[in-house]
Amino acid sequence: MFPQIPIVRMTDFVTACCLALCFCMALGGHASEQSLPTVDFNRDIRPILSDRCFACHGPDRNSEASELTDLRLDVRESAVEHETIVPGDAKSSELLKRVLSDDPDELMPPGDSQTPRLNEQQIELLRRWIEEGAEYQMLWSFIPPQQAELPQTQSAEWTKNAIDHFVLARLEEERLRPSPRADRQTLVRQVTLDLTGLPPTLAEVKDFINDRAPLQQAFEKVVDRLLASPQYGEHMAAEWLQLARFADSNGYQNDFRRSMWLWRDWVIGAFNDNMPFDQFAVEQMAGDLLPKASQSQIIATGFHRNNRTVTESGSIDEEWRVENNIDRVETTAAAFLGLTIGCARCHDHKYDPITQKEFYQFYAFFNSIDEKGVYGETRGNVGPKLRVPRVGDEQRLAEFDTKINQAEQNVLETLAKFDPRESDWLDKLRAAVVSKPSLQPYLHLPLQGGLEVTPSSPAYSQVPVARFLADAPKWKNSLTGKSLRLVGRSGTYLDLGKSINPDRDSAFSYSVWIRLERGNGTFISRMDDSANFRGWDTLVLEDGRLQVHLNHHGDDNAIAVTTEESIPLDRWAHVGLTYDGSSLASGVVVFINCKRTTLQVEKDNLKDTIVANQPVRIGRRSNGSFFRGAVSEFRWFKRVLTVEEMEQLIAGDLAQPQGFELESWSETRLALLRELVADHAGGELQAVKEAEAELRKQRKEFDSQIPTVMILKDLETPRPTYLLKRGVYDAPDESEQLRPDVPAMFAALEAEEPPNRLTLARWLTDPTNPLVARVTVNRIWQRFFGHGIVKSSDDFGAQGDPPSHPKLLDWLAVEFVESGWNLKELQKLIVVSATYQQSSAVTEAEFRHDPENRLLARGARFRLSAEVIRDNALSIGGLLSKTLGGPSVKPYQPSGLWKELAGGAGEPDYVQSEGDDLYRRSLYTNRKRTVPHSTMSTFDAPSFEICQAKRSITNTPLQALALLNDVTYVEAARGLAQRMINIVSDNQVERLRHGFRLATARWPTEKELKVLLLALDRNLKTYQSDSAAANELLEHGESSVGDAVGPAELAAYTVVAGVILNLDETITR
Amino acid sequence: MNRLTFTQHANRRAFLRQSGVGLGAVALGSLFQTGHANSTESRTSGALGGLPHHTPTAKRVIYLFQSGAPSQFETFDYKPGLKALRSTELPDSVRMGQRLTGMTANQSAFPIAPSMFDFTQSGEAGTWISDLLPYTGKIADELCVIRSIHTEAINHDPAITFCQTGSQLAGRPSMGAWVAYGLGTLNRDLPTFVSLISRGMGRAAGQPLYDRLWGSGFLPSKYQGVKLRSSKEPVLYLNTPQGISQATRRGMLDDIAEMNRQKFAETADPEILTRIEQYELAFRMQATVPELTDISGETKQVLDMYGPDVHKPGTYARNCLLARRMIQRDVRFVQLYHMGWDQHNSLPDHMSKQCKDTDQPSAALIRDLQQRGLLEDTLVIWGGEFGRTVYCQGKLTKQDYGRDHHPRCFSIWMSGGGVKPGIVYGKTDDFGYNIVENPVHVNDLNATILHCLGIDHNRLTVKHQGLETRLTGVTKHNPVHDILI
Repeated sequence: MFPQIPIVRMTDFVTACCLALCFCMALGGHASEQSLPTVDFNRDIRPILSDRCFACHGPDRNSEASELTDLRLDVRESAVEHETIVPGDAKSSELLKRVLSDDPDELMPPGDSQTPRLNEQQIELLRRWIEEGAEYQMLWSFIPPQQAELPQTQSAEWTKNAIDHFVLARLEEERLRPSPRADRQTLVRQVTLDLTGLPPTLAEVKDFINDRAPLQQAFEKVVDRLLASPQYGEHMAAEWLQLARFADSNGYQNDFRRSMWLWRDWVIGAFNDNMPFDQFAVEQMAGDLLPKASQSQIIATGFHRNNRTVTESGSIDEEWRVENNIDRVETTAAAFLGLTIGCARCHDHKYDPITQKEFYQFYAFFNSIDEKGVYGETRGNVGPKLRVPRVGDEQRLAEFDTKINQAEQNVLETLAKFDPRESDWLDKLRAAVVSKPSLQPYLHLPLQGGLEVTPSSPAYSQVPVARFLADAPKWKNSLTGKSLRLVGRSGTYLDLGKSINPDRDSAFSYSVWIRLERGNGTFISRMDDSANFRGWDTLVLEDGRLQVHLNHHGDDNAIAVTTEESIPLDRWAHVGLTYDGSSLASGVVVFINCKRTTLQVEKDNLKDTIVANQPVRIGRRSNGSFFRGAVSEFRWFKRVLTVEEMEQLIAGDLAQPQGFELESWSETRLALLRELVADHAGGELQAVKEAEAELRKQRKEFDSQIPTVMILKDLETPRPTYLLKRGVYDAPDESEQLRPDVPAMFAALEAEEPPNRLTLARWLTDPTNPLVARVTVNRIWQRFFGHGIVKSSDDFGAQGDPPSHPKLLDWLAVEFVESGWNLKELQKLIVVSATYQQSSAVTEAEFRHDPENRLLARGARFRLSAEVIRDNALSIGGLLSKTLGGPSVKPYQPSGLWKELAGGAGEPDYVQSEGDDLYRRSLYTNRKRTVPHSTMSTFDAPSFEICQAKRSITNTPLQALALLNDVTYVEAARGLAQRMINIVSDNQVERLRHGFRLATARWPTEKELKVLLLALDRNLKTYQSDSAAANELLEHGESSVGDAVGPAELAAYTVVAGVILNLDETITR
Repeated sequence: MNRLTFTQHANRRAFLRQSGVGLGAVALGSLFQTGHANSTESRTSGALGGLPHHTPTAKRVIYLFQSGAPSQFETFDYKPGLKALRSTELPDSVRMGQRLTGMTANQSAFPIAPSMFDFTQSGEAGTWISDLLPYTGKIADELCVIRSIHTEAINHDPAITFCQTGSQLAGRPSMGAWVAYGLGTLNRDLPTFVSLISRGMGRAAGQPLYDRLWGSGFLPSKYQGVKLRSSKEPVLYLNTPQGISQATRRGMLDDIAEMNRQKFAETADPEILTRIEQYELAFRMQATVPELTDISGETKQVLDMYGPDVHKPGTYARNCLLARRMIQRDVRFVQLYHMGWDQHNSLPDHMSKQCKDTDQPSAALIRDLQQRGLLEDTLVIWGGEFGRTVYCQGKLTKQDYGRDHHPRCFSIWMSGGGVKPGIVYGKTDDFGYNIVENPVHVNDLNATILHCLGIDHNRLTVKHQGLETRLTGVTKHNPVHDILI
């Protein structure tokens, strides 16, 4: 296939000329006026009217022109009524006068508009059409397809199936002949690349060549084998991923990572299982609404969660929720209906009969999805999501739980035997109470039944504002006497004003007792969530670990550390923190029960102030993160406390109500003390406690890598939908609430069914839907011929291209539906046709005759896609991993690309994968939308931000640089060199022939072989005289280097292999 | 009609493009000129038929994009009256209930924060320019300062995408890609459209940037900007791998070409010839790009003019110098980005640093172009994606304040390429909040840039999803003729 700019179409008169060229005059140039075929409205006239007239005289009744006239040129009655068209009488038709006029006030399209005037050929077509009666037709694509009789052909012996009848009939009309069949090696290479995205192995080539069965039968055998191979599903998925705007990141601002590979695996599996396409569509659109939806059907709905998601703080929720849904409308329309419905977001569609109201009725199907528009700075998957344990995961978790229970029991038992009075540490505490002068905090909030601060606190003299909106403060008994209980709701917290105000350069410490009732909450903060989490806090995570933040900007100018140790649930613990004012993570120390914890550093790049314009709060942040549990004896110091001082505080608190004579303590209180002291006991107690902690840690790690996927789920109460004026989120037309519905030009929904996504999906895949089967068949056709029967595979509306073989398209569409939407059968039908099997070789004259090969008088020849170029090279180089499915991987990419743009936000570094994962198929390559993989975009892969049905194929020097210099291809060349060397000992000709065949499936010609031999000879000399260079060349890439031959020889073969990998033929099918 | 009359009527290049031979035989020149030996076409630059639409005043563009949105109050929009209103509440009559970002929407007060920095009247025109920009002040007579730009977006990602592609949502071609598509290239051996990135000193980590900002959207990817990096490989995959000498590489290219030619003899696919050309161009780039980025031949006087940062690769100063070197070599569109202009807080400190980064090099670039006679037909634009609020974000103190995003007005400047020098255009109200005179929408600005290049923005369109899509969107916009010579 030839290079093309499929989506770029000329708008001036060249378009019409080409249409005229292709369809009016026979391509051979033999047509005369007498033999001109009847003008066909859809083929000849609609494109002119649509392109030049409909914008003002078309479906959009709110256009500027509609204020002046109600003339519509898309409706025959209107045109006739206005005498714009007088059927059979072109001269009297205003239309002709207007397009021919020299008077600027009369001329149509008006001279001042952006639409150029019509050319002679277009005017002539209009004239003939009016003379012939000016019949209108419904747009061809909106009329349900019918299977026509197979056309009669003269040389029917060429045909192999119905496809060929249609193609041949057209060729004969044009007095052209099909090309001969391609040779066997070309056939097997092309069909293998087309169906699996990989080249055939040499054994596969040989098997086919040596198959003694009749050629067609042997070829069918190959096709069946390929369709049954798992690589078929991977290759099919690559295209669907593009339509589904699949990526591994959310796409906006910091472009955080997400994980949707479970959905990708579902797609691969569905293709490999040859799931009927209607089912494939229904499960993705509405699997969650199917009766007794299976896990797999719910995963399928990830299709409509692949859209981008906003996490940028400060964005407006409704604005982006609306954008999500508009994206879903556009994607649904493009992927299934081949319609560009997006225009109707702001006004009635100018070309296709879709009103703005209908757009929002369609939108209503998606408007009740239970999601937010903005997930403030959230990393990873955002809800609704599904957790999908793998086989054995639940069992592993249960095993962990059993072990943890045992360990916990063990701790309790050991603890029960433990006598705190024997503890040296307790003696130390006791001594501290007696000997040391008491420490003077900057602020002391005892919380012993009242909210007052201790009178001597220099920080704050008033009673803190207790914001107990729903409840009065609750006081509970505690280890230190009393404590304040926080119930974990938004309105329940303590506001300490701006009493304490450390910046990043101030040293401070605090000490507090807490009894956690549930994980995940902030017990102390002075933080502004809405200003990128400016401020500081201490947060308890779900598993009881403590996280300390000192933020200027939560993402990229902050300190964040997390303890490895946890505080217990429902038991008292003492928490102490010190910070030395160094602006470094190493300046933070956290103590649990006076034992220094081990800190994991998550962020360590604080450079600016942490002062937040918020009060100090006990029990929450500025927004959310509510703490549930009890606190008492909060003390703040403006310096770093020592461990001894922390111990002194503990001792003082413990001695508080009743003194330190344990004999007088209640059994409950003694039990608590036992725990506290136990942390310092060492010996057996320490061992069992550590064992328990270790198990919990392992369970958590295991649990966190159980995959999740984002899915669809509807709200219980649907959101009302309104038309959005001018398409703007905050301009709903609330005068009319819209019900989910499909545009009126289509058949109506089933009246008995609820108007939801499931009904929509079933409507889409109803056999009477005129578009879905055609669009799907056309896209499949595009895979094999470079472009579809309808070239604008993303636009089947009035502005789209008319089909080159309309009857063939309809025949295939009907066949496809009747086969049970069988994708494998459809593709088999295509590839076993004589049309597909033609050779692509042409003479220059033949090429010029039909450069785009629209008439299909030869086989297609076009460059491989970005994914296949790499997979092909890896395969030829013997490096490709055939592992199927799983999480995305990160193959080679020049370093620094992410950092340059992301500036350390989001996921700052691209961390290259290792081993097998460097050589996985390209559909598994991690897709970061804002920084697409460097070679993917070079070879025309889109950035996967929106649904795209087609790619352009370009030919640029950047592609040459990548294929010559990227380590991927240098390593693949070395792999190919290795394979050449391994095949036979010391026979250059055989080795080179073998290498060439691995890449192209054929033997080189004598002339080609000569080039390769000379190249080898030259490079052998080069590297024999420069062994350092040889060694340098062999160092590229992570795979191991063979030692069957010396470095000079391997290097020389590597260079020649590089030549082979860079051949036009190698990257072309 | 027969074939002959057809080709006589139609622009041949357009025909070839339409019929699919385009990239193979003729059209590849948009990214790189082909130098197609056998072509009898005079238009080898790859421009679309009919372009330019009118006589251009600019052949090339340098867009100095200040990413993160610099405050107009501390740069170009002088509001002396605000001093007296310091700390007072912004009147509701000014704000008129307009939407705020989620960052300040819940703020209880909106105290007015006047600029801490003074302004000076500069040049013969007496343009008021902030004292943070002394070097810019010295080139005031070369600048057209526009104080009345406005946009539709209030957050960085959509706003910067809007400036560069005319749409808040990703997926559209960037301005440089449109220009490359429409006008083709002016040079033989370098990309038509190049982007350069630097990081400011003002804010540790600025807002991120995205490849899409110089992407080709739905145009073929050959029109996308080539990012010039400050690493030792300025263009991705430019360097020949270790262990392959230039002689070895030359040999490889000859072998590849020879075998490709043999294939062409068999298949007649012109794409093969194009590929041979592309490999040759790639080889040439391996020399021209390093030559471009090697500044050792610059005089001390020139280097000094750009300031000390010019010696550090990857800085704004270095990128400005590289921009000039590219303009000299007829790169069509140079897009710089300088990150770090997002002063929600610590504005006085950060703003001083950001201005220090950019002031001297921006001015040096204008002078340098001027001295070489290049400013006449090179259009330079300096500006960000939106403005900042007059009211303080966070706490207003004597020494410190911050400003939130403000889409309703901001200031930029343009210079050279047919724009009137030494003028100020547009006016905001006393609060620097709303525009009171000559508003310029971002799409008007973009239409103006295209106009200078000889492009009628309404006529440079590509059909995408059924719509004739243009850089400047579907609603009506116009070039600002008032500021054009």
